[in-house]
Amino acid sequence: MKTIIHIIRKEFLQFKRDPKMFGIILIAPIIQLIFLGYAATLDLNTVHTIFYDQDKTTTSRNFIEEFKSSGFFQIDHYADNYEDVQTYIEKGKSLVAIVIPKDFEKKINRRETAQLQAIFNGSDGNSASIAAGYIAAITTTFSKQIVKDFIDVSGRKISTVGKISAEARVWYNPELKTRNFMVPAIVGLLVSIVTLILTSLAVVKEKEIGTLEQLIVTPIKPLQLIIGKLVPFLILGFVSVTIVIVAMNIIFGIHVRGSVVFLFFSSFLYILSTLGLGLFVSTVSKTQQQAMMIAIFAVMMPMIYLSGFAFPVENMPTIIQYISYAIPLKYFITIIRGVILKGNGFVQHWFDATMLLAMGILILFFSALRFRKRLE
Amino acid sequence: MNNIIEITSLQKSYGEIKAVNNISLSVNKGEMFGLVGPDGAGKTTMIRILCGLIIQKSGTVKILDKNLSQSRKEIQKNIGYLSQKFSLYGDLSVDENIEFFAEIHNVKDYFERRDELLEFSRLKSFRNRTAEKLSGGMKQKLALVCSLIHEPKILFLDEPTTGVDPVSRRDFWKILSKLLKDGITIFMSTPYLDEAERCNRVALMNAGKIIALDTPQKIKEKMDRQIIEIVCNPVRTAYRAIKKNTELEVQMFGDRINVVVENYSSELSSIKKILTENRVQITDERIIPPSLENVFMHLIKDSE
Repeated sequence: MKTIIHIIRKEFLQFKRDPKMFGIILIAPIIQLIFLGYAATLDLNTVHTIFYDQDKTTTSRNFIEEFKSSGFFQIDHYADNYEDVQTYIEKGKSLVAIVIPKDFEKKINRRETAQLQAIFNGSDGNSASIAAGYIAAITTTFSKQIVKDFIDVSGRKISTVGKISAEARVWYNPELKTRNFMVPAIVGLLVSIVTLILTSLAVVKEKEIGTLEQLIVTPIKPLQLIIGKLVPFLILGFVSVTIVIVAMNIIFGIHVRGSVVFLFFSSFLYILSTLGLGLFVSTVSKTQQQAMMIAIFAVMMPMIYLSGFAFPVENMPTIIQYISYAIPLKYFITIIRGVILKGNGFVQHWFDATMLLAMGILILFFSALRFRKRLE
Repeated sequence: MNNIIEITSLQKSYGEIKAVNNISLSVNKGEMFGLVGPDGAGKTTMIRILCGLIIQKSGTVKILDKNLSQSRKEIQKNIGYLSQKFSLYGDLSVDENIEFFAEIHNVKDYFERRDELLEFSRLKSFRNRTAEKLSGGMKQKLALVCSLIHEPKILFLDEPTTGVDPVSRRDFWKILSKLLKDGITIFMSTPYLDEAERCNRVALMNAGKIIALDTPQKIKEKMDRQIIEIVCNPVRTAYRAIKKNTELEVQMFGDRINVVVENYSSELSSIKKILTENRVQITDERIIPPSLENVFMHLIKDSE
């Protein structure tokens, strides 16, 4: 036990000597939080639009007016020809070009179906489909108005008919902000970085400079060495969770609705896996560069992609979904979002927590075994 | 327990290469034992096995009357190990490094010993400097101090003075002789024969085998040949000429060659004849007592 404390103390002494380490642990979480909070937004507030009005009639102008008043569309340009349209789309100045054909008004007056062309810059598929939704909504309202006007003009009475109106009410994230979805998950991301990458680096560093060999020739037992090397990073993991939670509240006003204790408890369960993975990475790499590359590209990246951090797991192909069950980060992010946004606790997340515990013990156990074997 | 280390038919191979090939030897308590040999002879592998860093394929090692495979941790409490490269925490100070190694050995009252060791190794004035800011020689001395803080009974040194400046090397040897006086057994490997000469006993290792084991003096006496030293120019031409025209063993040293002969008087004239024929200028020629280096080169050649 005492030996373990000596190793932990030495580890912290080394942190103190390494200012870079403090940057990674204290400042990086806040910077990440700010960047991801502001930049990682999938919301579409302004649709850059150009109109090519070939009709130039009262109806077409009224139609354009509808777009202007919707608040989502910013009309950058009124084009006179298709080349203009093409340039704007090609240069990425506009997301969508709406072309009103020549006989737009005439067709409506003749009670025929008038055509409308919307050209999208589909390179950003997500924004394009959101914009298409907005356009469809405006067009529907506009054509309803035409029908209503026609009925009014023709003097017919509208018999009352039943209609369905959907009242959408969004829970947990009423403004549907991407930020509220992303920012809590950063807790998961940072904990992974601090524990997984730094652990593997710290262990490989000892291997690289030869001190690991020196330690093996002492009465230290491998298990003591493993615990002594891992505990400091467990503590750092908690520190970064705390920093992110506080910063999240101060900067974005997102506070933890559920139990903070449960959040920390599940962080602990999750850190078991990342420490194990870090230890594993250290057993397969000879240098710190190798460890860094393996930790980032072979472990972190796939873990992030498959965890539902940015892309919902439910939308992935079935096989990938099965693979994601083996990703500890997936369970942790589910818990974080649940606890922070929904105010959930152990009752809702007992399964995720159990999975984390099981995976953590399994990964840590096998990595420790492998590490021990390597030492001997 | 006179034999503090007892090695019996030790074997270890890496793939096809037999790094340690059936070695048996014993080390007496309190002696300085040197393992000498060219690079790749298996010296480091030997020491790493003895320290419990790697496990042998077969054979037994008994250290301090305990079997290494069974009581590794028990033995490791009583040994110190200094590896080839400087392996300390560069970001910790001299004092902190010593402190850490004392603590993990569960040494509590190390302060006095630390000061004494620092004093002796002339590192005292650098005690608050971080280890990475020390010179190469000082680093190696610090590593030695760290491996001595728990008062080990046996000290294993793997080429401790390779790449260390002459002044630090002398300091280093001064520390070692003091340790010997204190009764510590030292097992060291070295590529330097002047260092081997200072050992109580040396083992010459080549290609995983021990080809000679005795006191330096006795090893030299075993050489039943004579050595002719010829200072000449160009040395390389001389070396090649003798190799080509005779069956004699010839060794090249800087500005001279040493030729191993059975009988000085009968062979000198023919050697000189060959050299003059090859337009080699002879500045000096004499018969010398065989040095350890001569003997080792001779023995290595014989064993191959």
